[in-house]
Amino acid sequence: MPKDNSIKTVLIIGSGPIIIGQACEFDYSGSQAARSLREEGIKVILINSNPATIMTDPMMADKVYLLPLTVESIEQILEENQIDAVLPTMGGQTALNLCKEADELGVWEKYNCRLIGVDVAAIDTAEDREKFRQLMMKIGIKVAPSHVANSFLEGKEFAQQIGFPLVIRPSFTLGGTGGGFVHGKDDLDAALERGLKASPIHEVLVEKAVLGWKEYELELLRDKNDNVVIICTVENLDPMGVHTGDSITVAPAMTLSDTAFQEMRNQAMLMMRSLGNFAGGCNVQFALNPENEDIIAVEINPRVSRSSALASKATGYPIAKIAAKLAIGYSLDELKNQITKTTSAYFEPALDYVIVKVPRWNFDKFKGANDTLGLQMKSVGEVMAIGRSFTEAIQKACQSLENEAVGLGYYGKSLMKSEEIVEYIKTPKWDRIFRIKDALMQGVTVKTIAQATGIDRWFLYQIQLICTIEKQLAAYSIDTLPLDLLKEAKKNGFSDEQIARILHGDCTDEQVYEKRKAAGITRVYKMVDTCSAEFEAKTPYFYSSFEN
Amino acid sequence: MPNTKQPAVLLLEDGHVFYGFSFGQKGTTSGEICFNTGMTGYQEVFTDPSYTGQVLIMNKVHIGNYGVKNSDVESNSVKIRGLIGRNLEEQYSRIQANGSLQEYLVANNIIAIEDVDTRALVAHIRTKGAMNCIISSEILDIEVLKKELAKCPNMDGLDLASEVSTTKEYELGDVNAALRVAVLDFGVKRNILNCLVERGAYVRVHPASTSLARLKEFNANGYFISNGPGDPAALPYAVETVKGLLNENKPVFGICLGHQLLALANGIPTFKMHHGHRGLNHPVKNIITGQCEITTQNHGFGVDPEAVRNHPNVEVTHVNLNDESIEGIRLKDKPAFSVQYHPESTPGPHDSRYLFDNFVAMMNKN
Repeated sequence: MPKDNSIKTVLIIGSGPIIIGQACEFDYSGSQAARSLREEGIKVILINSNPATIMTDPMMADKVYLLPLTVESIEQILEENQIDAVLPTMGGQTALNLCKEADELGVWEKYNCRLIGVDVAAIDTAEDREKFRQLMMKIGIKVAPSHVANSFLEGKEFAQQIGFPLVIRPSFTLGGTGGGFVHGKDDLDAALERGLKASPIHEVLVEKAVLGWKEYELELLRDKNDNVVIICTVENLDPMGVHTGDSITVAPAMTLSDTAFQEMRNQAMLMMRSLGNFAGGCNVQFALNPENEDIIAVEINPRVSRSSALASKATGYPIAKIAAKLAIGYSLDELKNQITKTTSAYFEPALDYVIVKVPRWNFDKFKGANDTLGLQMKSVGEVMAIGRSFTEAIQKACQSLENEAVGLGYYGKSLMKSEEIVEYIKTPKWDRIFRIKDALMQGVTVKTIAQATGIDRWFLYQIQLICTIEKQLAAYSIDTLPLDLLKEAKKNGFSDEQIARILHGDCTDEQVYEKRKAAGITRVYKMVDTCSAEFEAKTPYFYSSFEN
Repeated sequence: MPNTKQPAVLLLEDGHVFYGFSFGQKGTTSGEICFNTGMTGYQEVFTDPSYTGQVLIMNKVHIGNYGVKNSDVESNSVKIRGLIGRNLEEQYSRIQANGSLQEYLVANNIIAIEDVDTRALVAHIRTKGAMNCIISSEILDIEVLKKELAKCPNMDGLDLASEVSTTKEYELGDVNAALRVAVLDFGVKRNILNCLVERGAYVRVHPASTSLARLKEFNANGYFISNGPGDPAALPYAVETVKGLLNENKPVFGICLGHQLLALANGIPTFKMHHGHRGLNHPVKNIITGQCEITTQNHGFGVDPEAVRNHPNVEVTHVNLNDESIEGIRLKDKPAFSVQYHPESTPGPHDSRYLFDNFVAMMNKN
């Protein structure tokens, strides 16, 4: 059954101001959704309080309302327009909360406006930690032991039962606001108070912290026939304990066996199918214990989220665009893959490259801010890099940060001794990845760093490879540098400037460039095509790399 | 490290050459080139008997990251003839692993080449189709390699199944189980047998050339025709056996090569595909239920779609949503069905395991 023809006008709710924890990714999804619906001949009306967005460009929607994101504004729009359906899943938690508030007041019903792509009960369950926990127990999915507390005393009591370390998670907040880890009794009171205050319903979840477990995110799409696909699996380089928005993340998952992955896939699908009945996108997070590969569900977001924008770019699969089509009644098998145009949209993208996302922080602009990373997202942006290896991708990402980094290094002299660095990297901070590289350069073992950080060894071995190449480069000047080493360096993401700084003697990036150009070591361009080159792509996009 | 890596070369039948570095065992190997787009489960793929005779490109750019584990196998040895990758990893991180990919390939005498521009190579195969290839870390002279490659037989018409079929009968599961399944083995994947045993069946696995009379002696409630490598049309003896089994009027379930044999037993021809389907993301629609499933696939031959659709006694049950190829059939007058893909899915999504339940339900009903 193709689309529902009774839907002629759709209201899309935007995400409002750009704040830390909720950035332009919702502008991306909202714009995609608007375009996707208008392609189907549907009239799109948009509300967003933030005029500095692409989605509020007059050409994106048929009518744009720059109004505060309140129920009053919604009523005004519904008064002025005949709207058949509202799509609230493109504007993050802000839009969902507004949609819910309007629902509770009976606004949608009053104006005979349907909610599409969402299930209010599902949002409720996903956002209310206790309801989420109950549902998971019912369907047999493991979660971290936890209790909901509505008062300070309750919180203290549960904390004693669960034991340290634990997490305080306020209900119904954005980007982890007000949450935090509690490592011992001394920090408990302050953390509880902060959490209760942050929650609009004065409620927190006191939860056992699975610090050091590996963290994964799955992006799912479901249609009205209950067909579900996994669009992308993202592995966090930083283990549990650092907010996903502040983690360096990698796609596809690098260190997951098929056994562990399929278990996650099954659980994610069961969770999505058990969580109400809606057609659209969904994100599920898991923690995996590296000791025994046990997994627990961390959370589920029944909407297009921050990570769906990344997953879309990482795979080439336009999640928001397809989610909008699913919301108006299409099923996945009726739609085409938007990149190949010939194969089905019902499939799971295969990647023949590595995606690395590195967050960008601005602590120098927030003097006095605590720069330790944790439950609350602190980054103000992120870069995404694509390479034909993890080393290439992470170096490209670091080169794009627009700070002093040139690849995975600063090339100033590190003032810290190895023991100091090992101590320093135990606490996740914005510069941890650079300090890990410093430690490896100084000869600290992968084992020691893995123990200090909980980062999976495979990533550390890769960074060690970067260090090895750097040390080899350092033995040469531009004139003596062997071509095969130069090629190896380029394949592992070293920029010309980075190589110039590492080589001894005076040398500029232009000289490195000239040398490699003369030797034919030049960029090749590869496609992001959703399918690892299995099918011909009609509208791919490209990234550069170096190949033999 | 560039100065310690040993160069290796990959030559295709059409003369294209790709350079890289040696990985795994040193030496020379040849076979039919194919690619797998799966992003997990490399060890299960390498040990899948259906890959016998194939030199495999892994499209995912890092392979070996989580090492190898003794239990993550689909047979008792590595079945691929050779391996081609972008980055094959010596270092791994999985605590449960028993060793590295490098050690594993050496122990299993598998020659591999890494640092190959696998994306360009896959695009080439996608355009030009399946062909033979040769990898070597000892012969770098292309003219000499060409002569070596010429010795490699063509996959068309090749009976590889008899090479990997069990030579002796063996049983699995509880001897007192209510259901008995006779398996005709052309290179059966371990998890297919697990899926049957898990559902309460006592299973006897028979060599590919087992006679109908011997199969009947097991007194089975149902027959299972396994997956396997090579050209189904090269197995006329097996087609005859399947014809005989169908006359028993007991449930028959076939997977992959087993699906092709069921088609051949009904007079439907098979053909060699341009470059096959291999991966964990192939979209299939069950046209009986309307539900879709993401499937694991590994096949270089297919059944003729025209002949299936025109056959009075055969019904299409599953189709591929990408190219509309036939993914599943059933007979109208007998309890027999088969799928081209791999519902046991190791590696791969578990969406299609219900087919084993259906088979068990058919046996219980019969």
